[in-house]
Amino acid sequence: MSDNLQILVDLLPRLGEGVLVTLELTVGGAVLALLVAFVLGLAGRARTRWARVPSRVVVEFFRGTSLVVQIFWLYYVLPLPPFYVELDPLACGIIALGLNYGAYAAEVVRGSINAVPTGQWEAATALDMGPVHRLRRVILPQAWPLMMPLFTNLLIQLVKGSALATYVSLHDLNFFIGELRKGTTETVFAYTVGLLVYFAIAYALTLVMNALEARAKNKVGQGPSLREVLRLTPPRVDTAEVRP
Amino acid sequence: MNDFWNWDHAAAVFPSLIKGLGVTVLATVIGMVIAAILGLLVAVVRRSGVRAVTWPVGFLVEFIRSTPLLVQLVFANLLFTQFPSLAVGCAVLGIHYATYMSEVYRAGIDAVPKGQWEAAVALDLPRGRTWRDVILPQAIRNTLPGLGNYAISMFKETPFLAFIYVVEMYAAAQAYGGGNFRYMEAITLAGLLFLLVSYPTSLLVRRMENRLA
Repeated sequence: MSDNLQILVDLLPRLGEGVLVTLELTVGGAVLALLVAFVLGLAGRARTRWARVPSRVVVEFFRGTSLVVQIFWLYYVLPLPPFYVELDPLACGIIALGLNYGAYAAEVVRGSINAVPTGQWEAATALDMGPVHRLRRVILPQAWPLMMPLFTNLLIQLVKGSALATYVSLHDLNFFIGELRKGTTETVFAYTVGLLVYFAIAYALTLVMNALEARAKNKVGQGPSLREVLRLTPPRVDTAEVRP
Repeated sequence: MNDFWNWDHAAAVFPSLIKGLGVTVLATVIGMVIAAILGLLVAVVRRSGVRAVTWPVGFLVEFIRSTPLLVQLVFANLLFTQFPSLAVGCAVLGIHYATYMSEVYRAGIDAVPKGQWEAAVALDLPRGRTWRDVILPQAIRNTLPGLGNYAISMFKETPFLAFIYVVEMYAAAQAYGGGNFRYMEAITLAGLLFLLVSYPTSLLVRRMENRLA
């Protein structure tokens, strides 16, 4: 066992590189997914058919086909004729993750915006707000807290999906687990360490997302503020204070 | 045009893709049966309120849920070399999805009105009968759409089985591509076949959702 630990300590810099690649994929994929989600989600509720139909087709396509097939299509098929587009493996991973989870998240965006009561739309229209202004100041701040828990789930899914990157020649955390296994010849040890690191990453991201969710909820007057949540001393209960 | 898409290659790869699709569907069905049963067990156990049981089960569920399926598959396959990889793959898929399904069941059980529990207590029904004849029939009705959605999502994760040398649809496409240096038709057709199965299923699930809602 101590030999294994020694090998693990020797390999720590490699572990760091692996985690870094996994995080790059996660952050890149998540940013792209968020962008895709808002573009497709907003287009999905547009009034004209010209925006709505393409958005539905793209969402159903990326939700309906496997992430594995998509990532390999980008990696193996795209450099061949007639495309001749050679992507960096990291870009391949980020694009596949971003499009796949972006399609899922587009449904979240669409559903959450639909869940904002119609009265809010009508009130904003009555106040003569333009479409962009209305969306930015009235609708999205209310839809955002509804989206957050679902985005958290998708982000964790995305972290797990990034393990595929090993097979498009990226040296991510999954690849490191294989290296550790070869180094120690201990399958159980290597995979236990690897899975624990994945768990730690996923758990840390969950905590961050929960904090963002608390902040989003507080901004529309639900629940305590982030500062109150993070404070170590329990909040003082003031019975006289009544929230309007 | 010839460079782009060659129908001869498409026709040549098609039979092995259909054979692979069979394995893919088989793995999905077996995995889903395991997930549905195990998930229900986990959900009921987690409601028992005995901390010595709920705590370890809760940790295990959280752990399996937030680590990659791919890594779990490769790990299990290296660990249980005495079993065929298809069996290991189905079991891992089933266990991984059981952790998601347990959350679906939990939501379904929570949605059963409190009055139903109280009525069962008032009628002096034993615990087993309360679960079997009162709570679960109502809870499971709410969980059917969730079950359908996870079945589709599991269907699309079966290509992971290719990494533990199970020849399902994706592995068949990859093998053809590698053998003939023509990935275009094989992988594109595999993607289209996925869509062909999963899209009608998702329409079916949506209809079921509307019917039950």
